[in-house]
This record gives sequence, structure tokens and C-alpha cells, in this order.
Amino acid sequence: MKRNDGRKNDQLRPMTAKVGVVKNANGSAMFKIGGTTAYAAVHGPRDLYPRFKQDPEKGLLRCDYNMMPFSGHGNRVRPGGGRRSKEISMVTQNAINPVVNLTDFPNAVVDVCIELTETDAGTRCAGITAASMALADAGIEMKDLVIAMSVGMLEGELIADVNGVEDCELGATDIPIAYIPSMDKISLLQIDGEISREDLKKALELGKKKCLEIYEIQKKALKEKYSEKVKSK
Amino acid sequence: METLKVKNRDIVVPGETLAEGMGFLPSRGTYRIRKEIKAQRLGMISVDKKVIKLIPLTGAYLPKVGDKIIVKVIDIMMSGWRVDTRSAYSAVLGLKDATSDYIAKGADLTQYFGLEDHMIAQITNVTSQKLIDVTMRGPGLRKLRGGRIITVNSHKVPRVIGKEGSMVTMVKQATDCNIIVGQNGRIWIDGEPEKEILAEEAIKKIEKEAHTAGLTDSIKKFLEKKTSKKLEVKGGSQK
Amino acid sequence: MKDKKEHILKALKKGVRYDGRKLLEYRKITVEPGIVHGAEGSAKVKIGDTEIIAGVKIALETPYPDTPEKGNLMVNAELRPMANPDFESGPPGEEAIEIARVIDRGIRESKAIDQEKLCIEKGEKAWSVMIDLVPLNASGNLLDAGALAALAALKNTVFPEITEEGIINYDKKTKEKLPLQKEPLEVTVLKIGEYFVVDPLPEEEELLDARLTVALTAENMICAVQKGGTEPLSIKEIDTMVGIAQDKAKELRKLL
Repeated sequence: MKRNDGRKNDQLRPMTAKVGVVKNANGSAMFKIGGTTAYAAVHGPRDLYPRFKQDPEKGLLRCDYNMMPFSGHGNRVRPGGGRRSKEISMVTQNAINPVVNLTDFPNAVVDVCIELTETDAGTRCAGITAASMALADAGIEMKDLVIAMSVGMLEGELIADVNGVEDCELGATDIPIAYIPSMDKISLLQIDGEISREDLKKALELGKKKCLEIYEIQKKALKEKYSEKVKSK
Repeated sequence: METLKVKNRDIVVPGETLAEGMGFLPSRGTYRIRKEIKAQRLGMISVDKKVIKLIPLTGAYLPKVGDKIIVKVIDIMMSGWRVDTRSAYSAVLGLKDATSDYIAKGADLTQYFGLEDHMIAQITNVTSQKLIDVTMRGPGLRKLRGGRIITVNSHKVPRVIGKEGSMVTMVKQATDCNIIVGQNGRIWIDGEPEKEILAEEAIKKIEKEAHTAGLTDSIKKFLEKKTSKKLEVKGGSQK
Repeated sequence: MKDKKEHILKALKKGVRYDGRKLLEYRKITVEPGIVHGAEGSAKVKIGDTEIIAGVKIALETPYPDTPEKGNLMVNAELRPMANPDFESGPPGEEAIEIARVIDRGIRESKAIDQEKLCIEKGEKAWSVMIDLVPLNASGNLLDAGALAALAALKNTVFPEITEEGIINYDKKTKEKLPLQKEPLEVTVLKIGEYFVVDPLPEEEELLDARLTVALTAENMICAVQKGGTEPLSIKEIDTMVGIAQDKAKELRKLL
């Protein structure tokens, strides 16, 4: 199949990643894949209010996903969030939670702010990929980085990294997943559209393989920031 | 098969495989999963024979009893002050720990410490639930008047201080500034305006190059060039 | 606080800012236009560590009943928690509203956009221009940075296509630019003690006595002003501050 942007079925869009992009944050990162750009910033660990949310055993990870008003493809996105961003914030949190260890921070909170400056599908995935880099940059204890990417099913074929046209106009089945390499487990899975049980299994295998490609980009971006410090002299 | 996948001073990211095989021992900042040892946070590797340790390069300050830290008053209560410690937790400075003076109940506490005041204080207690007490009673503990507060990552504080205080002493000597380094990464600098800025620049440079070889030398050269002073390095070796 | 102010004043007396700059010196500024592919216009501006994105969206709407022959203009600022650990999510607070309104006035009152040209059908249909300002990192002087970003974004804004059914096709952009007739910029001058400074750091904004934000056209005509801070200003001081703003606006304009 020829994809509308000329990619091969299993080809990701061009990517850039940069760590340490928000000076006021304890950790931050930017991840761009095609026309989707996500920024993530980590504030904390810090005091958590309201107090009833505090956990005496460990700190709480709290994610906040937001699309900037001008980031959409069509109409302006009304500020103030809504049901969609609430849900995405929640699944993002669940996607990242399995790797972070906040036992050193009882009763506290680690806030992860995710902002999309421009979008062309795969925004929650780009947000998760950026967020896990930002958490590593903030020095949070974590078993691994988390990578997210969307697999699609279009005209009976599996495609990697679904773009906006494929998602909205061509009606691809959209399957965003998040993958944790060291555990070999999937921590985000949503499906929008039809797919058979066999194809889903294949889709997940493809997703895993492609996530590992993004993983290399995450690692490189993190090392670049810190190696520069060691070498620069 | 036992293989070491990294070498000393390598920068690693969370989840990165450091070694394979049961012969290696995971130490601070690393963990074992199946037969592999992996990094548990971002940091620099230090291998000592079979023990693999990770030196954190970033992360929040964790309050420890005995640490001298620079705190900021954020609330004044009946029984003392609540202070920010630049960690996930605030601390309490009680009346008895604030001064040797007798403070009558209901007295105006702002005459001792007001909101936004900075002090160098010492941690006396940290509970498992991270309730923290600090004291102002001890040598060198005091309110910091004037000057500026800058921050560095708390993991870089040992480098800023240097061996037996050699690094910070050198910066003081070069800039004629009063400098107090808190273990929580807050640093107070007080001096002539241009000199304060130079001291800040030097400390930021130490933070940035904290893990490079020959750090003392490079900072010495930097300061000598900026001040045209000849500097002596006391105590520290050239490592 | 008093302590901190005295310390900063002591340095200002010697002509030295908190970060070593001169009193009337801006931090390093960069302007990067066209960074959001889906928006009709956009720009990212960095002033020192402050970084802000302006995005322009265009829509087809009914004009307001009191101005049936004009297209609508809207400026909004969102201070999201990412940009500063002290920002909270939720509806815009005082600071965000002031930034948006002062930048709005500069654009509106200078008649930067010929709003009548935005009208397609009187009282029925007109282009609306919506400018959103969102900082990625807030480290002082959001007003000047926001105004600069807004102008840079307006300058690269193009209209989207209208289909035969009369609705917008956002995927197709035309080459037609916004009818810009003036180019307003804003310069904020602070008074701290007896000293005037521009491009404040957060430390300076915290303890300012007064500030004057002056919106200026390319002809250096004043088109909007906002006085902030708790201390009143004398006429002479206002005149001096406007003069400083005019000089600085000329410098900023070279970056566009």
C-alpha cells in the first residue's frame, strides 16, 4: 500500500527529541514526530493538596495533558480542557506509573505537564514519550523509559505511526500503545475501530518493534544533554 | 556469560542494561531483573570490580539529619515558622530552636524571622512520613541578610564545596564575596554587585562541569582570567 | 523582601542589574516565525529564559451586532502550569488577563488589522482573528515577549481557503496575508526605587514600584499604555519612561 505521505507501512515519521527545554522545570523534554510536537515538564516532587489525596506509602504521579489553542488542525481548541484531555491525562498517568518509583516521597506529588504545540495525530503517544524523558531528566527513580506510538489498520494492512489524514479522513483503526522494554509489557492500549484478534496480536508486535526505534532516540537525547556537560571543557 | 556493558564514567539512562550475568552486583541506583543489571535513574556509572554503582546527576534534594541547608520562611505559626527546604517537604522551626532568647507565647515572631527571609539552618529530625524539624541554634546558623540566593542541583553541592572546602574558598578569595552553600543546593552570595555576578557565574560553571576531569584547574583559570588575581588552591588535590 | 530590594537597589546605583546587564538592556532575543504548522500564523519568541508561542487561528463568524461591518479580533493568554511551578491550571488569573488585554489594546487601538477588510458580508459573515499566547517557560517580561510574538505571528498569518459551500478548508492555505496596516510592539519600563529598567527578571518584577507598558507603532506613536505597580508616577517620570520605550521599540523592531 502506498501511504498518503509516501511512507512505507512500517515507517515512522521523522523525529526529533531534546531534553532540558523548560528552564523552570526540574526536568523537561520535547518530542516531535511528523507534525506532532509535545513538550513535557516535571515539577516536584512537591507538596500535594488536597491532603486527602496524599499517600503515606509513596508519592503520587499526576499527569496533565493539554493541547494549546492553536495546535489543532481545524478550529481553535477552546482552552480549559474537557473530557478528552481528562481521559488522556488519566491514561498517560497509567502508562507511566508502572516504571516510576516514588517511595522516597510519601505524601508528595510529581507533576508532569504535557503541552502539545502542534498536532497531526498520535498526540497522547508523543506526550508519553516526552514525559518519560522529562521524568528521567528530573532524576526520578524509574525502572525504564516508556515509549508510545500508534499502530493502525488501514485497508486490511498494518501501519506504524498513524498520521492525521489516515486517522481522520481514511478511517484507519487507531491503536495507541505504550511499551516498557525491560518488562516487555504494554502499559497503554486503546483501540478506535475494527480489528480481528489475530491482527491485534500482529499490531502489538509491530508496535513493540517500532517503539524500540523511538527508544533509541529517547536515550540519545538524554545522553546528549548530560554527556555534553561531562565533555564540555 | 558475564559481560559488562558499560565503563566507568559512562552516562546511562533508566532501564539501560549495565551488565549481564550473576557475577556482578547491583549497588545504589541500579537493579537486577532476570540476569541483567539495569540503571534505575539517570546518572554516571562507577564500576568497582564487580560492584556497579550509579552516581545521580540530577534529582530532588532528600533531607537528611545533620544537613545544613538554606531555608525560606513560608508561614508564621503560633509555635514557630514553616520553612521551605527546596525539597518535596517543608520543615518546622520551633520557638525553642529559633533563638536562645525566651520568646513569650503570642509574641510577634516576625521580629525574629519574617516571610521570605532566608536562613542557614540545620536539620535535626526527619520522620518516616517526612515531617522535618530544623534548628537555628548551632555554629554558623543564622539569618542571611542582603545578598542573593542562587540554586544548583543538590547532587553537585560536593563539587561546589570541593575537597575540604577548597573550591568554594577559591571562589570567595577571587570575588571577595561571602558565600554559604546549603546542602539543599541553595547558595547565598553577598558582595559587590559585579563580584556577586562573577561568583554566580563561577558556581554555575562548577555545576555544569561537575564531572569533568581537572575541574579545580579549569575554575582557577577562569577566575584568574576574570579577576587578574593569582589564586591559591588550598586543601584540594588537582583531581 | 525589604532586604532583597535594598540589595538590588545598591547594585542598580552602580548601574548593574541582578544578572549583570545594564539598566536599559534587553536579554538576548530570538524570533522564530511559523513554528506551528496547523495554525494560520505563529511565532516563538525567546527573551533570555522566557519563551512564548503566539498562534493565530482564523475562523468564519458572524460579526458582533454593534460592529456589523468588522471582523472580530480576540487575544487570549494561557499561563499553563508547565511554564512555571507557581502557575495553576484552570481559568486565566489576573496576570494572564492583564497580558492578554494589554496586548489586545495595542493591536486593536493601533488598528493594526484592518477589521473592515475582514468583513465578507455585513452583519452576516466575517473573518475572526484569534491570537493565543502560551509561554513554554515564564522567566520575566511576558508582556513584551508576548506582544513581539503576537506581531511576528500576525505578520506570517495567511487566510485558509473557503470551499464552494462557503466553509473553511483548514488544510489548504491561500497566499493571502492578513490586512496589516500597523505594527504595534510593546515595551515595559520598570521603576525600582529611582531607577528605570527594561526587560525585568522575575526578581525585579516582584519588587518593582511602578511599571509602564507602552504599545508603539512603527512610527513610534503611542497606541496603548498600561500603568502597573503600586507607586504613582510623576508626569516627568512618565515622559522619561515613554522615551525609553520608544528607543527600545526601535531596537526590537529590527528583530522582525
